[in-house]
Amino acid sequence: MDKAGRLTASPWQRKLRRMFDFEMNQTSLALALIIPSLVLTLGLVLWPIVSTLIMSFHNINLARPERQEFIGLANYINHLSDNFFWETIGRTAYFTFVSVGAEVVLGIAIALLLNQQLRGWRFLRLSIIIPWAVPTIVSAAIWRWIYNADYGALNGLLYQFGLIDNYIPWLADPQRAMNMVIIADVWHSTPFVVLIVSAAMASLPVELYDAAAIDGANAWQRFVRITIPLLRPAIMVVLVIRTVEAFRVFDIIYTITRGGPVNGTMVISYLTYEETFRYLKLGSGAALSFIVSAFILVLALIYIRILYTEDVA
Amino acid sequence: MDIKYIIGRALLYFCMFIVLAAIFAPLAWLVISSISPRAELLSVPPHWWPENATLQNYVDVIAPQEGTSRAARDFRFALGNSVVVAGSVTVISLVVGTLAAYAYARLEFPFRRSGLIAYMGLRMLPAISVALPLYVILRDNRLLNTRMGLILVYLSFVLPFVIYVMTNFFHTIPPELEAAARVDGCTRISALWRVILPIARPGLVATGVFAFLLAWDEFFFALLYTSTPAAKTVPVAIAEFTGRHAIDFSAQATGGVLAAIPPVVLALIFQRYIVRGLAAGSVKG
Repeated sequence: MDKAGRLTASPWQRKLRRMFDFEMNQTSLALALIIPSLVLTLGLVLWPIVSTLIMSFHNINLARPERQEFIGLANYINHLSDNFFWETIGRTAYFTFVSVGAEVVLGIAIALLLNQQLRGWRFLRLSIIIPWAVPTIVSAAIWRWIYNADYGALNGLLYQFGLIDNYIPWLADPQRAMNMVIIADVWHSTPFVVLIVSAAMASLPVELYDAAAIDGANAWQRFVRITIPLLRPAIMVVLVIRTVEAFRVFDIIYTITRGGPVNGTMVISYLTYEETFRYLKLGSGAALSFIVSAFILVLALIYIRILYTEDVA
Repeated sequence: MDIKYIIGRALLYFCMFIVLAAIFAPLAWLVISSISPRAELLSVPPHWWPENATLQNYVDVIAPQEGTSRAARDFRFALGNSVVVAGSVTVISLVVGTLAAYAYARLEFPFRRSGLIAYMGLRMLPAISVALPLYVILRDNRLLNTRMGLILVYLSFVLPFVIYVMTNFFHTIPPELEAAARVDGCTRISALWRVILPIARPGLVATGVFAFLLAWDEFFFALLYTSTPAAKTVPVAIAEFTGRHAIDFSAQATGGVLAAIPPVVLALIFQRYIVRGLAAGSVKG
């Protein structure tokens, strides 16, 4: 358009035109680009969160729908003063620390193994991605079947090698069931650690190792003094992501044990699910879901803090 | 060659063998179970290789007959639903998410940083804290038991992921490239289209594969919001095999193999992209 065209336009038109002149106005371009995603996330996440928050302050029980009253923080206080809630948090913490710990240690070990570039290491690198790509539900179903007390492969294998005299009901004892679920989780999630750590390992400076070797550092010293410190950012990221995921574990528990036996694998997400969708105590379930979020947020903040101080140093 | 070196190597190869066995033994048992007749699966000790291997389970799923169980018959529909849902989520989240990510990475506007931090935070939110209101939204809009409903719900967690990862990708592309294109007369949009996107292709592929895997893997929402063959996805269908008949594992194993093939093939084909994507997308401090 020429100058004359602009002069004849009304102020409103000019304003509109300026707004859509993306070259001049970054904010409107940005707005145009982010609006679709903003609408989706606001509608599908923010609104439900607010609505859950409101619910958590009410006494809503679908089994008795006529009574819905504002009860303030009572739902929260009920949970926080309940022993079973804290036992559940304890079990969730146990699951989280043991499985994430095992995954990180194993993951670093396998990444180191890959780094040796033995014959066939490319095949191993390709294979390691498979358990991670297998859907969670499928891997849980595999392990449930392997653990089967009467026909499971684990019992069959141990029996044939003479390691056990009788078939063992792996999922019948609360504590053992938890450990078996952890093994299934480690199988599924360790590859993620390997992928991230070995990608970080590939960018480590070779010269440092040569220099350290000349200075007489042995393999273990080089690992502790060079590899681990340089991998620290990658390891921290893995820790954050895996801890957050493990703390809200649901799929694997649902498929293998459904929280049993005798609540042995009752973790916080599963408890919230039961409270909300089985016992239909919506207000109480909503409060639980916020307590879970709070725990996860605190964990994440602790990690991010550590990560940040690292960056400064 | 000294003896210490040889023993060290032997140990390393032994470790490699153990890792490979740990990876493949459970998978092999899944495949073997899927081609075992039910009776043989229940033998004690187990038949490690079935005497009468059969593909009947696969036939039941692909071309169901009259006697086929309900769960096996519905599985075809579940596969179709999963393909449609995961595919749509991938395409929509890539288009919408990439545009937003470009804005977050390159443009100045109010609340830019807080928006990004919010998206990072959303990744940590447990699904259960939005599950109930989403149920109400879906019900009120007649979207329960529909693929459309699931697609919308999945976008709620795939989209923040795509935006976050793609923003990091755009940060790795030097702004000078774009500036050069703009000096040559490109508008911002055409610079994005002609210069930035081609360079970001590895990132787009990796993010797309991730988005697909996320959607394909999702179980919790699908469990709550779908209950009929019209929208039920593969993970829900597989979980249902374990329902009443606790020991119909051969059918469940068949479903498991079929459910695992698409993501595993994708992951193997795009292995390089995925590793690079993980490196750039999440390890970027």
